[in-house]
Amino acid sequence: MLLPVAFWVLAVVAVLAGAAVFMVDSMARASYSLAVSFVAVGLLVLLLRQHYVGVVTILMMVMEMAVMAVYMVMFMGMNPALMPMSMVHDNRHALAVSIGVFVLLAAGVLLVPWPARRGGPPVDVTAALGDGLMGPKMLVMSAVGGVMAVTVVAGVVLAAHRTRYDRFGDDLRRRPADDPQPGGVGR
Amino acid sequence: MTLQTVLLVAAALFSVGLYGALSQQAVVMVMMGLELMLNGLILAAAAFWWFLAPDPSGQVLLLVIIVAMTVEMAMGFAVATHLHRVRRADLTDLAADLSR
Repeated sequence: MLLPVAFWVLAVVAVLAGAAVFMVDSMARASYSLAVSFVAVGLLVLLLRQHYVGVVTILMMVMEMAVMAVYMVMFMGMNPALMPMSMVHDNRHALAVSIGVFVLLAAGVLLVPWPARRGGPPVDVTAALGDGLMGPKMLVMSAVGGVMAVTVVAGVVLAAHRTRYDRFGDDLRRRPADDPQPGGVGR
Repeated sequence: MTLQTVLLVAAALFSVGLYGALSQQAVVMVMMGLELMLNGLILAAAAFWWFLAPDPSGQVLLLVIIVAMTVEMAMGFAVATHLHRVRRADLTDLAADLSR
């Protein structure tokens, strides 16, 4: 009895908070609405017995939305991060496309004859995931590690204010370096 | 709670996110739309795992989706930071030439 009630409450909260992201009148409220939606989905994932993934989703997204709120205040100041705003374009077409996609997906969900469940869940779901990642799914783990490392480098290169090319020139031969604040070891 | 009901909730989340990604002008709000779409994907993948084949492969797929979400967010923030620094732009319409 408790499980269906919890499911429907979390489902309604997830969808309404998701819709509120584009309805509230400031970006700060939008980011916290998105965090609420993610927490609800994380709890739904926990209801589906994926303990590790559910907890990771909640922890990661709460932190990410906090970073996003700081980001908005940092780059957008008082306008429009904390002030009322409405910045949309082609609203009608976007609404029509999204409703059409929902109808299409819902039709697929309701019309497809889904197969019966194959096998049962492992006794310890999290341990089984760990065994999988450190065993037969090691290639996935290695690829994910590489992608994350490349993302860190690419993110820093894109976001860095000054790189070595600004300091040493396009051919990296300029000496001394062109630094806005002179000084340092040996100078 | 059945596979169909969970998938319908996931479809609703995906569609709301799609609306945001298509309609919003601010880069950050577009990223929020993409996040919401991936949120729906996470829920759908978790439902498929539980209701169809609860073996570790499904969980690994879920982790890959979460990694994709992380990468999208990190690169999105980095590109938005760069755009703001170079052009003082925070709207997609001011960076439309990047799609050419």
